[in-house]
Amino acid sequence: MAAAAASPSSVESAPRILRLVAECSRSRARAGELLLPHGPVPTPVFMPVGTQATMKGITAEQLDALGCRICLGNTYHLGLRPGPELIQKAQGLHGFMNWPHNLLTDSGGFQMVSLVALSQVTEEGVRFRSPYDGQETLLSPERSMEIQNALGSDIMMQLDDVVSSTVTGPRVEEAMHRSVRWLDRCLSAHRRPDKQSLFAIIQGGLDAKLRATCLDEMTKRDVPGFAIGGLSGGESKEHFWRMVALSTARLPRDKPRYLMGVGYATDLVVCVALGCDMFDCVFPTRTARFGSALVPTGNLQLKKKQFQKDFGPIDPECTCPTCQK
Amino acid sequence: MKLNLTKVVNGCRLGKIQNLGKTGEHTMDIPGCLLYTKTGSAPHLTHQTLQNIHRVPAMAQLTLSSLAEYHEVLAEYKEGVGKFIGMPESLLYCSLHDPVRPCPAGYVTNKSVSVWGVGGRVEMTASKFMAIQQALQPDWFQCLSDGEASCSEATSTKRARKSVDRSLLFLDNCLKLQEESQILQKSAIIGVIEGGDMLEERLRSARETAKRPVGGFLLDGFQGNAATLETRLHLLSSVTAELPEDKPRLICGISRPDEVLQCIERGVDLFESFFPYQVTERGCALTFSFDYQPNPEERLLQQNGTQEEIKYLEQTTKIKACSSQETTPFEMNLREKKFQEDFAPLVRGCSCYCCKNHTRAYIHHLLVTNELLAGVLLMTHNFEHYFGFFHSIREALKSDRLKDLKELICKQAS
Repeated sequence: MAAAAASPSSVESAPRILRLVAECSRSRARAGELLLPHGPVPTPVFMPVGTQATMKGITAEQLDALGCRICLGNTYHLGLRPGPELIQKAQGLHGFMNWPHNLLTDSGGFQMVSLVALSQVTEEGVRFRSPYDGQETLLSPERSMEIQNALGSDIMMQLDDVVSSTVTGPRVEEAMHRSVRWLDRCLSAHRRPDKQSLFAIIQGGLDAKLRATCLDEMTKRDVPGFAIGGLSGGESKEHFWRMVALSTARLPRDKPRYLMGVGYATDLVVCVALGCDMFDCVFPTRTARFGSALVPTGNLQLKKKQFQKDFGPIDPECTCPTCQK
Repeated sequence: MKLNLTKVVNGCRLGKIQNLGKTGEHTMDIPGCLLYTKTGSAPHLTHQTLQNIHRVPAMAQLTLSSLAEYHEVLAEYKEGVGKFIGMPESLLYCSLHDPVRPCPAGYVTNKSVSVWGVGGRVEMTASKFMAIQQALQPDWFQCLSDGEASCSEATSTKRARKSVDRSLLFLDNCLKLQEESQILQKSAIIGVIEGGDMLEERLRSARETAKRPVGGFLLDGFQGNAATLETRLHLLSSVTAELPEDKPRLICGISRPDEVLQCIERGVDLFESFFPYQVTERGCALTFSFDYQPNPEERLLQQNGTQEEIKYLEQTTKIKACSSQETTPFEMNLREKKFQEDFAPLVRGCSCYCCKNHTRAYIHHLLVTNELLAGVLLMTHNFEHYFGFFHSIREALKSDRLKDLKELICKQAS
C-alpha cells in the first residue's frame, strides 16, 4: 500500500488491530485482542518495560513462560547504544534480543525530557547531548520514525512534545499543538505502515479544553491506535482520572487506548474501568530490584527482619517459579 | 557411599561414587566437579535458568562463610539448607571458605577457626561448627581445619606442623560430636590434608587423616598462582599416594582447565567450579576447545582459530595492561569493540541456551549497558562449557585419549 502522504485526509485507512471480545455493561471496560505481526495479545494488557533490549535479569524464555506477549523497548536508550544501524543489521530489535513476540517502542521523547538535563525543545525537534559521548543530536519526528523503523517494533509511538503534568500555563498549549503537528510529520516519515502500527499520543496536560482539542484533532488522523500521554507524572489522582475519562470518552471505540506510564495496581483497575486497554510501567521491575515482592494486598519488603524466619512462599496461590520453590 | 574405580591410567582415576545422598540413590562421576554456588544459588542463575544447563554436577558446593550467619534461621527451619535454597534433590558439599574470596589469615587458634560472612567474622569452635552443620545437614562437609600454613610465601616447619596438629585435633573432636548427633549420621565428614609445603608434614597429615573414619579427603593449600602450583605438584603426588583408593579426593582453589588436568594426573577426583564464575565476572566467555577428536575440517579451523587468537593476544597484551583481572587464554572478553557487530554465537557448536539463542553482539551490548542479563547468559554458557570439559575428560580417559586432550589444552594454555 502507498506510504502515508503529508496531509491527514489522504492517509490510507489504518488497519483495525483491536478485536473486541466483550464490553462491560456497567463501566467502560473492554476485553479484546490486539492483532499484531508477532502474534495476538489479549487485552487489557500490562506491558513490562525492557528498556535496553532486555527485561532486567530475565531471559526471553522466562519472559515468554510468564505469559508476556508484548514488551517495551526504549528508543532513546537503544538509539544511543547500540544504535539503529547495528540493530537493523541484527534483523531488528526482535532479532537482536531474540524475542519472538511483540515489541512496542516509545518515541524517545519522554527520556529526552526526563533524563537529559540540557535538552532543548524547538519546532524542529528535541536537541540534546548524548551522556555517553557528549555529541549533540537532534531527535526530530523524522529521526524518531527512522530509528523506530530500524528497530522494527510492532507498535511505534509518535514523537510528542512532552510536558510534565505539573506544568501550567501557555507551555502546555504550545506542546499540545506541536504534538499534533509532529504527529503529521511522523505519519509522513513512517516508512513501514504495513509492518508497524504508529500510535498517536493525546496531550493537553490537566486542562480539559486542551485535551478535548487535542482529541478532536488527533482523531481526525487515521492511526491504528491512540495513547493517552502526559499523565502518570506528579499530578493528583483527582485530575488524573478525569483526564483519562475525558480521553476515553472521545477516543474511537474500535481502536486500542494505551495509557502510558500507568502504573500501580489500583490505577490499573480504575483505568481499565475507564476504558483503557494497554499499560506500561517500570514499577514491577524496579520494585523487585529493591527487594519488594508484589502480593494481592500490596507489597512485602522482603529485606525486613520480620521475614527472616518466614518460611512460606511470597504468595501461596501464585504459580510463578519463585513461589513454586 | 561407595567409590568404584573403573580404571586408573597414568595416575588418573576414572570411576563412580555411588549410593550417595540421604536416600542413597545418587551417583557422581569422577573425575568431576561440584556446582559452585554463592550463598546457595549458582551465581546469576535462578532454578529455571540453571535447569537449562546440561550436565550440571550432581553435587553442589556451599560455603560456610556465606551460611554461618544464618545458623539460627536454618536451625529453626529444621529441614536443612538443601530445601531452604530450593535444591532438595541436589547433593550438597559444604566447604569452609569461598575459593573466590579467601579469608584474611591470622584467625585460627587451637580452639577455633573463623570465617567471614556479610556481617563480619564468625568464630567457630568444634562444637559451634558441628551445631551449624546440624542445621545445614549437608551430604558432605569439610572438617574444621587450619589452612594457614599455605597462606604466605615461606612457612616455617613449625607453622606447617601446627596446621597438621590442629586439623587432626579438630577432626577428632568433630568425629566425636558427629557420633553424638542423630541428625549428622547421614552426613560424611571430609578430612582435610594440611602441612604447608613441608613434605614430612604433608605425609604425616595424609597418613593420620587416613586412619580416621572420614568420607573423603580435601587437599588444602595447593592453591595460589600458576608458579606455586608447579612447585606443589610433586607434593600432591606424594600426598595422594598415601590416601586409600576407595575414598574420594577433593581439592580446593584449583579450577583452571590446565591445572585441573595436572591434578587429575596426580590422583585428584573432584574440583570446584568457580573458574567459570570468575570468567563471567570479568565479562568473558570460555572458548577453549576440549574437542580432542575433531574431524579434519574442524581441526584445521581450530588450528587457524588458535593461531589467530594467539596473534591477537600478543598484539593486545600491552593494551590490556590495566585490565582488572587476569584474563586467561581460555576465554574471550566480550567487552571488546570487535564483538559489537559479531552475530555469531559465543562458541560455534555449543549447545547452551546462550549460544542457541543469542549472539556475541548482544552479549557485548548487555555488558556495555551494565544489564543484569549479561551475567545470566555468560554464566549459563561458562558453566555449560566447563561441565562439557569435564565430560570430555571422562570420555578421554575411557578411550585412553587423555594425552590428546592434555596436549590440546596445553597448546591453548600458553
